[in-house]
Amino acid sequence: MNRRVVITGMGWVTPLGQEIDAVWKRLLAGESGVRPTELFDARTFPTRFSAQVTDFDLRSFLGERYPQHASASRNSGFALAAAEMAWRDAGLTGAADDDAAERVGVYLGGGEGPIDFDNFAACAVAGWDPAERRLDALRWAEQAYERLNAVCELEQDPNSAAGHLAYRFNARGPNLNTLTACAASTQAIGEATQIIRRGDADIMISGGAHSMIHPLGVTGFNRLTALSTRNDTCLTASRPFDSTRDGFVLGEGAGILILEEYESARRRGARMLAEIVGFGSTADAFRVTDIHESGRGAIAAMRAALESAAVAPAEIHYVSAHGTGTEENDKLETLAIRTVFGENARNVPVSSVKSMLGHLIAAAGAVELITCVLAIRDGMLPPTINYSNPDPNCDLDYIPNRSRAARVDTALSNSFGFGGQNDTLVVRRV
Amino acid sequence: MSDRRVVITGVGPVAPLGVGVAEFWSALLEGRNAVRRISAFDPGRFDSHVGSQVEGVAAKDFVPKGYRKAEKIMARDIVLAVVAAHHAVSDAGLRTKCLIERGDATGEPNLDSTRFGANIGSGLICADLAELAEALHNSSENGRFSIARWGTEGMNNLTPLWLLKFLPNMLACHVTIVHDCQGPSNTITCGEASSHLAIGEAFRTIARGVADVCICGGAESKINPMALLRQSLGRRLSRRNDDPATACRPFGLERDGTAISEGGGLVILEDLEHARRRGARIYAELVGFGAANDAAPPTQPSTPPADGRGAALALRKALRDAKLDPQALDLVSAFAPGIPAHDASEAAALKAVLGARLAEVPILAIKGGIGNNGAGSGALDFIAMVLSLYNATLPPTVNGRFVDPSLGLRATVGRSVDARVETAASLAYALGGGQNAALLIRRYRD
Repeated sequence: MNRRVVITGMGWVTPLGQEIDAVWKRLLAGESGVRPTELFDARTFPTRFSAQVTDFDLRSFLGERYPQHASASRNSGFALAAAEMAWRDAGLTGAADDDAAERVGVYLGGGEGPIDFDNFAACAVAGWDPAERRLDALRWAEQAYERLNAVCELEQDPNSAAGHLAYRFNARGPNLNTLTACAASTQAIGEATQIIRRGDADIMISGGAHSMIHPLGVTGFNRLTALSTRNDTCLTASRPFDSTRDGFVLGEGAGILILEEYESARRRGARMLAEIVGFGSTADAFRVTDIHESGRGAIAAMRAALESAAVAPAEIHYVSAHGTGTEENDKLETLAIRTVFGENARNVPVSSVKSMLGHLIAAAGAVELITCVLAIRDGMLPPTINYSNPDPNCDLDYIPNRSRAARVDTALSNSFGFGGQNDTLVVRRV
Repeated sequence: MSDRRVVITGVGPVAPLGVGVAEFWSALLEGRNAVRRISAFDPGRFDSHVGSQVEGVAAKDFVPKGYRKAEKIMARDIVLAVVAAHHAVSDAGLRTKCLIERGDATGEPNLDSTRFGANIGSGLICADLAELAEALHNSSENGRFSIARWGTEGMNNLTPLWLLKFLPNMLACHVTIVHDCQGPSNTITCGEASSHLAIGEAFRTIARGVADVCICGGAESKINPMALLRQSLGRRLSRRNDDPATACRPFGLERDGTAISEGGGLVILEDLEHARRRGARIYAELVGFGAANDAAPPTQPSTPPADGRGAALALRKALRDAKLDPQALDLVSAFAPGIPAHDASEAAALKAVLGARLAEVPILAIKGGIGNNGAGSGALDFIAMVLSLYNATLPPTVNGRFVDPSLGLRATVGRSVDARVETAASLAYALGGGQNAALLIRRYRD
């Protein structure tokens, strides 16, 4: 019994829009979604720009169902909107019938919800005892009960979005959330595929949703010096693989895919966009802050994915790189690709849509997998924009600046997370 | 699909009752209770003052010498996981890189690092409030926080690696570094269901052949003001502040909420052939896993469906997975946090699945003595169940005398009893989000 898993629907919420084909067109045109940060006052931060989702209105996606999800955080809202689009795109309507509900599951790489920052900061200021240099828990608690509320606090739990989706689609099957940092939604899709293959579900709603564009999120990445600080030219700040790259650009959004068992999709006459044929997950097990200098974890993840797909490196027509635009990632990802693809490495087109969308953190992998599926569908490869200065350590074909027509039957998508987490997916034309 | 058989060869509990298998098991057998007034900070202005804490553990005691300074960037949750990992791999007789470097084991590693996976459940790790509050306070003007000052100077008070203390996958990150687990890695973040889902997913990973050994489970600390506040806003906590020892009453009469806690557990799952080859002690075989969602309205504070439908479905799926009948169960480990609606929902689920068998099956419910730590709670329940089966002994239920007789549940009360357990199930569910998971184990036979 070899159950195959196909993608029958896709939806996304991105800094370049919220509709599959409209965003795809902008990606192929090489547009940048990066702008000065407006979600909070970042004017004195080392990084004052990001790739934000604009004009987002959850009501327009949920219609009369909106009140039931009024508690949704920004993350859960993105997830719900993207899932609505994916569900419809898959030719599904309403929600799962009760008798089929346990065969429909959810596996997300959902981020922790945005913090209620202004209230959090006010409580902290009031609770700090400067004379004793300690937190006065009594003073803090008084303020916290006054200012913080159950909805904002509890919706920050990373499993909230998966709970919203379960209710919206009556998905009573396996329901999980993984948070392996920037690799989370690639991981979620890979693991969800295994759940269908094994027979524990027929449909999995999978992908990720995340927004870290809030003061503490930006603070965290700024302190790590992981973000670009090209404040004066933010539109071109995200420059993966370029020798002048100075860090990634924080983005936000969601990507959701409907994964379905092949026979189930065939029976209902669903359009099959692509098949998920390979998945690999590994840990560097090296250092908290650095990637192993041989790229061993990324190499092992790509090899595991290719092996499980029974696909040779030479059969890969496109690689969607993790390609963050940090010095270390781009250099070591290039090394890893070179190691896995050998002599063929310079012939395989590689690009990073993070150059246009920024880094959607937990949601990045799902959005990037969608671009792989669209590349297969349309025979077009999205570019790496802002690429003008070659780096001797990054010597692959990055599809610089302009999209390119090319037949793609099989694509590989990489996601790597802080802490040495590596995940790779392989998708193929059905 | 011919799944490989998976067995449990090591357990590493880190609980307020005791750290490591010997301390934890003897504390359970003695019916000890670690719930008291919280001492880590003054809980006086919160509505719940009770909790249970893990005392005297430090990651530096369990990592290679060169890695000790990494403890500076470990949130409490991470420390608990690193300690649990040490106990789990030691208990399993695995000679990992760390144990050999530390001299805790001699000889060559007895497992292939690239076939050693990890799946460690974690929670929403709370930032260290004191550290953050000082930095935020220093950015205030006339008592009001100024984001302009935060950007120019305040944020610089935080250590550059600040963010890395609080990423949920840092439990797995540190554990995989310390014990050199380069295989499939994952971090499940589904509240109280995290440990069960992590163990279940690791079970599948070994069964399908992409890893031979996995370290899995979960850990979390809710012993901090932010976590206490969140649980309080969720109306999940007992206000029996004048009598902490009886505050947390699994399935109890007059139960009014749980107690916050900290801890967790990691277990070693292993391909049966791999375990046999190295002559490992086998606690039990993992034979079933089921996961389901309530698909209930996502309100906050959340309430579970009265019929416990997600929990019932998860348990049924685990039984189906193991090709077993509910009649085969002779021990059930309940999650039972002592929260009125959740315990009632769980009791309804057990009744729906077990039917008449419910009156005959002993229930294991250990939170009366420790409360709920979140993502690591399920692992402690699971370990208590594994040890009960392996030792053929059921520990007494702390605060078991309060169990509501109308629920028709059989809890062991007073002192431990001998009981031959062939097959046991453990249930866990997130207090919000609707995730449920069940795991089924069976006494190991060739």
